[in-house]
Amino acid sequence: MTMASAEPYVTEDGRTIGGVVMELKNITLRFGGVVAIKDISFDIREGEIRAIIGPNGAGKSSMLNVISGFYTPTEGEVWFEGKPRPKMRPYQVAQQGIARTFQNIALFSGMSTLDNIMTGRITRMRTGLFSQALWMGKAEREETEHRAAVEKIIDFLEIQHIRKTPVGRLPYGLQKRVELGRALAAEPRLLLLDEPMAGMNVEEKEDMSRFILDVNDEFGTTIVLIEHDMGVVMDLSDRVVVMDYGKKIGDGPPTEVRNNKEVIDAYLGVSHD
Amino acid sequence: MAPHGASVDELCSVPALLARNVRLYGDKPAYREKEFGIWQCWTWAEANEEIRAIALGLLALGIERGEHVAIIGRNRPAHYWSMVAAQMCGAIPVPLYQDAVAEEMAYVLDHCGARFVVCGDQEQVDKVIEVQDRIHHIEHVLYNDKRGMRKYDHTQLNWLADIEAEGRAARVRLEPELEARIAELTWDSTCVMLYTSGTTGKPKGVVLSNRNIIETAKASVAFDHLGQDEEVLAYLPMAWVGDFIFSIGQAMVAGFCVNCPESPETMMTDLREIGPTYFFAPPRIFETMLTNVMIRMEDAGDLKHAMFKHFMEFAKTTGETYGMPRYRNKQSKPTLRRRVRWAYRYAMGIGFAVETIVENAVRGFFVRLRHPIEARKYFKARGPLLNLYPQPLRDYFNYRTGDVLVYGPLKNTLGLSRIRVAYTAGEAIGPEIFDFYRSLGINLKQLYGQTEASVFITQQPDGEVRSDTVGVPSPGVELKIAENGEVFYRSPGTFVEYYKNAESTASTKDPEGWVATGDAGFFDEGTGHLRIIDRAKDVGKMADGRLFAPKYVENKLKFYPDILEAVVFGAGREMCTAFINIDLTAVGNWAERNNIAYASYQELASHPRVLDTIQAHVEELNRSVAEDPMLSGCQIHRFLILHKELDADDGELTRTRKVRRNIIAEKFDDLVTALYDGSDSIYTETEVTYEDGRKGSIKATLQIRDAKVVGRPQAGQVAA
Repeated sequence: MTMASAEPYVTEDGRTIGGVVMELKNITLRFGGVVAIKDISFDIREGEIRAIIGPNGAGKSSMLNVISGFYTPTEGEVWFEGKPRPKMRPYQVAQQGIARTFQNIALFSGMSTLDNIMTGRITRMRTGLFSQALWMGKAEREETEHRAAVEKIIDFLEIQHIRKTPVGRLPYGLQKRVELGRALAAEPRLLLLDEPMAGMNVEEKEDMSRFILDVNDEFGTTIVLIEHDMGVVMDLSDRVVVMDYGKKIGDGPPTEVRNNKEVIDAYLGVSHD
Repeated sequence: MAPHGASVDELCSVPALLARNVRLYGDKPAYREKEFGIWQCWTWAEANEEIRAIALGLLALGIERGEHVAIIGRNRPAHYWSMVAAQMCGAIPVPLYQDAVAEEMAYVLDHCGARFVVCGDQEQVDKVIEVQDRIHHIEHVLYNDKRGMRKYDHTQLNWLADIEAEGRAARVRLEPELEARIAELTWDSTCVMLYTSGTTGKPKGVVLSNRNIIETAKASVAFDHLGQDEEVLAYLPMAWVGDFIFSIGQAMVAGFCVNCPESPETMMTDLREIGPTYFFAPPRIFETMLTNVMIRMEDAGDLKHAMFKHFMEFAKTTGETYGMPRYRNKQSKPTLRRRVRWAYRYAMGIGFAVETIVENAVRGFFVRLRHPIEARKYFKARGPLLNLYPQPLRDYFNYRTGDVLVYGPLKNTLGLSRIRVAYTAGEAIGPEIFDFYRSLGINLKQLYGQTEASVFITQQPDGEVRSDTVGVPSPGVELKIAENGEVFYRSPGTFVEYYKNAESTASTKDPEGWVATGDAGFFDEGTGHLRIIDRAKDVGKMADGRLFAPKYVENKLKFYPDILEAVVFGAGREMCTAFINIDLTAVGNWAERNNIAYASYQELASHPRVLDTIQAHVEELNRSVAEDPMLSGCQIHRFLILHKELDADDGELTRTRKVRRNIIAEKFDDLVTALYDGSDSIYTETEVTYEDGRKGSIKATLQIRDAKVVGRPQAGQVAA
């Protein structure tokens, strides 16, 4: 990490965000002959909301998978907390404090909201299988602590009324909220949201936006999000990375990106005359 | 009436009652709230600490005597505490409806001139900030829920907990001032100011004194023998007088515990967990509960369905006699006795079922053996059982069996197992709905009241309950009926005045203290119970001079589960017509069963089969209305189903969900015209307001149906 990037950064709305948490250096990702990501570099700072946008097939989700450690980049390095990150298994990434939600909901549909969110605490559970089965002493105390943490999240996301409902019975918007809850339960340093508002109506989008802002505000969580809705992205994020055909075509605060010619071309198309 | 002086026992203010409760019931629960999945509890002593801390904090902010403190939020202990804390400082709490949009709130905030506003959460703070640039007297905004508030400008904004901490820190300095202010409170100081929902025009601030609230609370606590061990669930809007009387007035007088739900959506779960002994709900809530029960019974297995049907049919005639909890005749605390009685009743239920089966099997076997021919004749005539006991005893045992198998579990599911006294008011309740709850052994009663009377005007005593009356005058209330049928009352609870509105005060309350209710009614001969027909000003004449009582007809229509709202027109006209709103839950369920696909309320409402069903209801109504010679003119000749649900956000209903007839008539002017000009359908466009305040419009072509009417001979028939 260079000294320059450790300096705080002031966003458009006058908020100061911290130093660099993660830096992606010249990332290239190939699947056989297909190049999904072509030589992209950017950084993620402590406490910011960083959006990744781009048209369909631009490589956004692949980028998120690189960040989450699910894909290992073919070339380039991921620096996390000032150190290059070695190749890792997903659970090791989770233990480092990176949590995510999925584009298609991936909850345990037969389990209740409460239990689903409880699974998010798994990386923080310390007691062994045997004492958990007996449920005495340490295991019991530990469960109480985790339950308290989960209840705080339930209260935060205003899903008290579905605490005991199996998530399979819930409408889509609420399932998305439960998924966010599960990611939050891990108390992540870095939260990755893959299209948190896809397929929602205006009201649900407003609710979700409020929750994302509140998460960032209350817990100081760094958030990386992929989203299609331009209005949402521009309102929520502090800085935006724009991708098109696996290349980075813009990076900066929302207003700057909005006026970037390449970005406008990518989104609105360009007349070739 | 004695306007001056103090109450007999010196307890002439809510803070004084609080001090007494701390002395008597210090370690008993006073407030509960479900938070983080657990019922958090505060005893009277703990609640007192919190309230005093808020009061000291308010003093530290410089609160003056006699000023108004607005409170906006859902039912939470901290909000009730803020109200009492304001009273301690000599200020007047003004609770507001939390679901009001900023515009409506602006009027009330401006009218009461509040310098302090206590908000529940970010949503309410946002609304206050929105109107703050127009209303300059708002100086301090306090909020209870911290979430999302970090980025706000905190020069005028404070977290309630910070204020409490500040109050605790300044205890030594401000305690004497607080004590002095509490001591200054008298029987005549204002206890609370509540804004009426305003069926007509702008809301009016009703000023209620300590005398009003405390005397009414005392009388009503004595009337139903409410004790310290009652449990209530506070879920109705805090701005409504009923909630103030139940959750502050009666709770303080009787010393019982007020339970606050976790969130508005969890109300039913919380109700079940608490199992209140004293419960209040508008008819709408009881209707919704019943509809849900019926819908779920449809999906139940055959055995359960059959049992439910059999025992509910049985309870219709016997529930009143055998089902009711023992009525109390004094304030007592028979917790152990209640448990023993419950165990005894339960044992009776199981015992009888076993007894019947065994006894019948044994005796029946011998009877058939000894007298085969007579036995065959006997069983053929009287069913499979030997009737070994006299009828009343059999009914009693049968009811107990029903209690174990059906009524008990059902009451438990609804959260009404422990109900000793339940009230419904505000609107007429359907007789079937009312009887359903009573036959389950829930002591559901009706009361009639209004904000200006501190709720109670009439109520039904235990054991004298009927679905079509509202009961006898409450203790201390005098009633008279004017020539035009309007009901007048005079009571210790009669309000002091409308705030800053001497003109309205004078027109409502005469110098002798009689207040016009605005409702027309009469005393039932024989029982002496009051019956309310309609709003006095809505009772009108039709073109041919016959009586027109729209609400009477609307209520009858609303008793059908399919119909949510109805608006009847006909004053000064030849015939009556109606707008109807269907109930999306009930009709939607019916549609699913009958394979009718629909995407929205609008689509379902315009389905021909829905129209057929509603038409059948209207025609049935016409037959029943025709039986009453006075009201036979109110039969509905033509009707349509509205393309949108009537909504308070569009100003069509009041916040307490009463129909605003004139506004609706004006807004849907084209539809009313169509109802009277004989057309079959009409195209219309309506502006709607969404919950977040944005506007949109709905377009629809509505079918108008003619309904058969009874009795009135057609001109042609007379000539023939």
